[in-house]
Amino acid sequence: MHFPGKGKKDRTLLKSQKKKNSSPRTRRGKLVSAGYLLPSALGVLLFFVLPFMIVIFYSVVDNPISMQFVFFDNFVSVFRNNAFKQAARNTMTFSLVAVPLAVVLSLMLAMMLESKIPFRSQFRTFFLSPMMVPIASVVLIWQVLFHYNGMMNEVLALFQKDKIDWLNSSFAQVVIVVLFLWKNLGYNMILFMSALSSIPKDILEVAVLESATPFQIFWHIKLRYMSSTILFVTIMSLINSFKVFREIYLLKGDYPYDTMYMLQHFMNNTFSRLDYQKMSAAAIMMAVVMVIIIGILFLTENYFGKDVEG
Amino acid sequence: MKKNLDELSQERWDKEVKRKKSIRNARHLVRVCIATTVAACFAVLFLMPIVLTVTNSFMSASEISSNYGQVFATSDTGGKMYIAEKVNLKFIPDMVSFSQYITVLFKSPEYLFKFWNSVVLVVPIVVFQLLVAAGASFGFTRYRGRIKEIIFFVYIILMLMPYQVTLVPNYLVSQWLHLLDTNWAIWLPGIFSPFAVYLLTKYMRRIPVSMMEAAQIDGAGEWQIFRHICMPLCKGAMCSIAILLFIDYWNMVEQPLILLSDQEKHPLSVFLSKINAGEIGLAFAVATIYMVPPILVFLYGEDYLVEGITYQGGIKG
Repeated sequence: MHFPGKGKKDRTLLKSQKKKNSSPRTRRGKLVSAGYLLPSALGVLLFFVLPFMIVIFYSVVDNPISMQFVFFDNFVSVFRNNAFKQAARNTMTFSLVAVPLAVVLSLMLAMMLESKIPFRSQFRTFFLSPMMVPIASVVLIWQVLFHYNGMMNEVLALFQKDKIDWLNSSFAQVVIVVLFLWKNLGYNMILFMSALSSIPKDILEVAVLESATPFQIFWHIKLRYMSSTILFVTIMSLINSFKVFREIYLLKGDYPYDTMYMLQHFMNNTFSRLDYQKMSAAAIMMAVVMVIIIGILFLTENYFGKDVEG
Repeated sequence: MKKNLDELSQERWDKEVKRKKSIRNARHLVRVCIATTVAACFAVLFLMPIVLTVTNSFMSASEISSNYGQVFATSDTGGKMYIAEKVNLKFIPDMVSFSQYITVLFKSPEYLFKFWNSVVLVVPIVVFQLLVAAGASFGFTRYRGRIKEIIFFVYIILMLMPYQVTLVPNYLVSQWLHLLDTNWAIWLPGIFSPFAVYLLTKYMRRIPVSMMEAAQIDGAGEWQIFRHICMPLCKGAMCSIAILLFIDYWNMVEQPLILLSDQEKHPLSVFLSKINAGEIGLAFAVATIYMVPPILVFLYGEDYLVEGITYQGGIKG
């Protein structure tokens, strides 16, 4: 990602551009190019940025009519809300389990496909196909598989295990992790495959000549070259992990089993009560948490991957 | 004599090398075999739900209710149906019948209405988001300056925000503009979503500046540079982004739930889960029909899709 004005190179580049801008022709071109940007910028301003400012404003007043400034009261009341606590806890545990699993497993799949196995392109198609299928279409099969009298319990019965009520017990978290992985592994795998193929070949050859073990090659070379991709896959998986609401909603509706009650459920159910203050405060908190997490990920990547990038 | 000895050792050396090579080859073969088996297992797991949905759509209504009656039966309709004790998952129906499809296509039009709702919601978003993004990314590519970089950074931040965060702002805007319960409430935020702008800008910035400068020296205006240099070079990228957008919006659940309270306007992606127990026979057929457009897009444009995902990576553009 491109940070404005970060690094010396950028700054000198910008300066040299400024010097060139003296002629009336470039000035005109500049205006015209800003015109191309205008529709999108206005749209983003109107539909995302301005309303977000309003949301920030709403989150610190007591109600939209009297507009008394109450500082952090809304945040505190959201934080004391049991439904919110439950939803935040569930979402957090889910993301903490599902995101690392998604990263590791998809990296494994990518390495497998890179090791010159036959039918590579077919396998790629197969692994990618869950991404294409609408969630609503496969939910029926998930219901058949994870029902109390469904397929999974019959498989368990073969091993003389007790039946598990997959969707209405603490196993529900396991089920949604599986559904999440099914949907997202292919996408992550493609990202890793392109990263693996862009590692300079000569470095790998030198490592082989210096009799490095495959593990050493993986750990010291491949992982470091892929650090920016790992960062990206982690961020994307994190964002996608919030979309698991779709599966849960289509499986179980507005009020699923306790451990499947996600932040999106909380938001939806607060919407039906039109409690703007609470929603705004919850949205702001989430935005802040996301910015912090992404910031931390960026810093970590900068620290580990800086010596391999040009 | 000496020469003979040399030849002998050479022969032994060759043999040794051959033996080592064959060991390495054997090891490699074993590794490939294991990798292939594991990949095959994963492939089966990945494909099974899709294949099952399709094969089950060819069952007759009675077969489905006898197999899965218990899963979908609710207390209000369960009485008259024959309900099996166990749930039998079948790969191949006892008798292939198209009766479900006939019912969906000709006898109960409500599913087709919902399908049409999906099309009406998704297609304008994809087309106009691409159009807006084409302009915007051209704006971001030409004459880069500090202000534009800051705006672009805002776009990235917005793109990374999960829907839970942008949903409240979306709702407020639609309320002020009195768009709630109309398709505009979903179209407009979709059209101006920063996702396509980000991807296309990253791609367009890779076009060598010298090309555009050469055109400028030859007297081309901004519109001509846009129309005759940037657009033709970005055709592939536009296809990739269109596919990514289509998959994403074809799956939408959150937006209609909150912004469209009128269930008549809901797309099939939401409606499918509300199918009532009396019509479970139809559910698989509807699910399969709903799968067809993205699968066709996928088969037609898999390479574009893969390319599109690849641009997304390599975040430091």
